[in-house]
Amino acid sequence: MVVFEKPKALADVSMHYCPGCTHGIVHRLVAEVLDELGIEGKTVGVAPVGCSVMAYNYFNCDMVEAAHGRAPAVATGLKRAMPDRVIFTYQGDGDLASIGTAETVHAAARNENITIIFINNAIYGMTGGQMAPTSLPGQVTQTSPYGRDTSHCGFPVKVCEMLSQLDGPEYLERVAVNNVKNVKNAKKAIKKAFENQLAGKGFSLVEVVSSCPTNWGMTPKKALEWIDEKMIPYYPLGVYKDRTAAKEQGGE
Amino acid sequence: MAKLTFRTDLCKGCGLCVDFCPKGVLVLAKDKINKKGHHPVEAAYPEKCIACAFCATMCPDCIITVEK
Repeated sequence: MVVFEKPKALADVSMHYCPGCTHGIVHRLVAEVLDELGIEGKTVGVAPVGCSVMAYNYFNCDMVEAAHGRAPAVATGLKRAMPDRVIFTYQGDGDLASIGTAETVHAAARNENITIIFINNAIYGMTGGQMAPTSLPGQVTQTSPYGRDTSHCGFPVKVCEMLSQLDGPEYLERVAVNNVKNVKNAKKAIKKAFENQLAGKGFSLVEVVSSCPTNWGMTPKKALEWIDEKMIPYYPLGVYKDRTAAKEQGGE
Repeated sequence: MAKLTFRTDLCKGCGLCVDFCPKGVLVLAKDKINKKGHHPVEAAYPEKCIACAFCATMCPDCIITVEK
């Protein structure tokens, strides 16, 4: 009996990510959900700019590449033109929380019926480890060698908290992939985000607190521990908005 | 008995599977080098495997298949 094997929706190629990068885990979780829901044939993914720019090579569903930060806008167009398709975007923090903030906020405010997988690793990975809008106060990066100084760099953007203030979005949850339990919870959240879209409920975003061993300057194992020590206290995990659950509770 | 198979040439030697295995089944093979130039993972003590699939769950490159 097979306990675990590569999901069919994940392409049989070597991914370009650095050793120990958790992008690979999240790719696999998305592919597992596509397999389980049986929607690989009618799914269109939107790849971002950033480390995951070549995500279009790694999924066996149709993929579109968007301009930097514009994945939610492209996904909006795809979903409105082809309402019977399942549309998801896969974006990093430089893409979604920095250059693409406007697209993200307005797609959420319009409650577009799309699914967004948002990877938060607190750094710009592809360009070599510069400070991102999500970098923690005091975090050392290429462009903040003495640590992020909030007096002139400001404070990190907490995307789930920010979007939860809007009336639009259906479902917002923050998960992590730094241990087995969190990976399993992350998969549940991603599955729910896709099920929401299939049920026509609207905008679902899953923020995945992720690691970047190369640019954090840590071993893969130490990077996962750093998520527990530093990232999760600043970015608490949990459901930030679930309108359906709130309605059901309100009705009781 | 549990059976582990690895797509060895895709292994990047990050060692997360080794760290998360509760039974100490896996090691990075220091005497081997795969196509990518990394020391790939191998099952040094396959008889200890309990097929929990923690290794495969944490593998970023999805190279492990677990059967029992």
